[in-house]
Amino acid sequence: MQPDVLIEATGLSAGYDGTPAISGVEFSLSAGQTLALLGPNGGGKTTLLRALLGELRPIEGTLQVGARCGAVPQTERSRLDYPVSALDVATMGTLPRLPWWRRPGRHEREAARSELERVGLGALAEQTFGRLSGGQRQRVLIARALVQDAGVLLLDEPFSGLDRPSAEGLEALIDELAQEGRAVVIATHDLEQARACDLVLCINKSQIACGQPERVLGDLEVLEATYGGAIVEIPGAEGRAILPPHHHHH
Amino acid sequence: MLEPLQEPFMQRALAEVILVGVAGGALGCWVVFYGFSYAAESLAHSLFPGLVIASIAGIPLLLGATPAIVVAALAIALSARIAGVGREAAVAVVVTTMFGLGVLLALSPQSPPGIETLLFGDVFGATDADLATAAGFAVLAIVALRLLHGRLLVAGFDRGAARSLGVSPAFADAALLILLAAGTVVAVQGLGNLLVVAVFVGPAAAARQLSERMLPMMALAAGLAVLAGVGGLYLSYYAGTAGGASVALAIVAVYLLSLPLGQLRRSRRAFAPAEVTIA
Repeated sequence: MQPDVLIEATGLSAGYDGTPAISGVEFSLSAGQTLALLGPNGGGKTTLLRALLGELRPIEGTLQVGARCGAVPQTERSRLDYPVSALDVATMGTLPRLPWWRRPGRHEREAARSELERVGLGALAEQTFGRLSGGQRQRVLIARALVQDAGVLLLDEPFSGLDRPSAEGLEALIDELAQEGRAVVIATHDLEQARACDLVLCINKSQIACGQPERVLGDLEVLEATYGGAIVEIPGAEGRAILPPHHHHH
Repeated sequence: MLEPLQEPFMQRALAEVILVGVAGGALGCWVVFYGFSYAAESLAHSLFPGLVIASIAGIPLLLGATPAIVVAALAIALSARIAGVGREAAVAVVVTTMFGLGVLLALSPQSPPGIETLLFGDVFGATDADLATAAGFAVLAIVALRLLHGRLLVAGFDRGAARSLGVSPAFADAALLILLAAGTVVAVQGLGNLLVVAVFVGPAAAARQLSERMLPMMALAAGLAVLAGVGGLYLSYYAGTAGGASVALAIVAVYLLSLPLGQLRRSRRAFAPAEVTIA
């Protein structure tokens, strides 16, 4: 791997119980770059994220990850009725470096607080996590990954359910974090957000394409192979506007 | 008020409900957030045959309850692995089998009279050994919950990301279930097989209405469990009602009282001035 390459996958297959859920994955991502991971539900985005986290071993091929990975899951998956503050959640990022019998102390909480400030949530550190807005919760989970000192951030649908200003604010934060030398992988349904990334990887059981957004997103065949036949061309839209088939929430 | 305290049986019963209340209330918060309330009830019922055998053999209840709960836990773990049998169904089948076996034994001619105390508890019959066991459990539970706090918090919050934070959700589940099993074995003496679940679920559910942070919630649940325990014993002393049932009913009363208080607290928050908002 070259020095600034943080993720390198070659001919990667990964899956469950020896059965590949994704195959032929081939890409490399350097420090400072963002990668949009596009694909239908069940197309293997989560499998690839789990492989990057080291939870799944490659069945074929290789996957090298040159920095600690911080997972930023969908906030709807975490519990909103849970009795924790934003600071409690960010502090969870200190656990991997503590011995199992130690509870995070003042030092750990200070580290967590400064990362909350970093993501613009210093004033809401003591707020109950479930009372925060979707965008704020996403920032708390990003702060938790920063507390882990993650060089690679893995975001799962970070923009889903966010209004436009929140999504734009989050996008700006993600760009800043990448510019500081992290590699960022964003699983998303949103083609607009994908366009703003340095690289786009389309996956539907196997890798369809990977490259710069203009090239990948400009190719209707690639998008058809990624999302199946259900692509709509919006008449009258500038260029070719395409709606992935599952824009609504479940 | 102080008169009942003169009685040694009352002193021991109070010590028992305080020890069980502190540990059970604190542990109960995790039981509630991990969705283990049904497991708590099941564990209690499935150790019934162990209690009956101990009582027939004239050995301490603890010695019968412990192997029974281990057998039940293993049976649940194994039957949940059979394809097509979910965890809930596995629990239901094992619990009914174990409880049925217990009833079968309890109704046999060999069983001594007074077997109903196994079902409903005998909090006023707490022996010194019972108190020592309860104290041991209280210390164990508090030390374990203190040590595991961070990990339990992570795994309960977000199981999917727990592993990436160095926490195994299966380990957290197992640790909690072991503590819960130990607590059930200890508390069943006083509260009985049918009512013991109250101390693990009621105070925690009430505290959840009144607090939004884990540690204060645990302290509150422990306090409410002790309050309900003492209140139940006084009720039993003056009204002549059954001890275990009075404590269980006091716990339910505490929970019911917590509901309007929780509602009030939430509506106050809703009218509080808007806090800083950031997109």
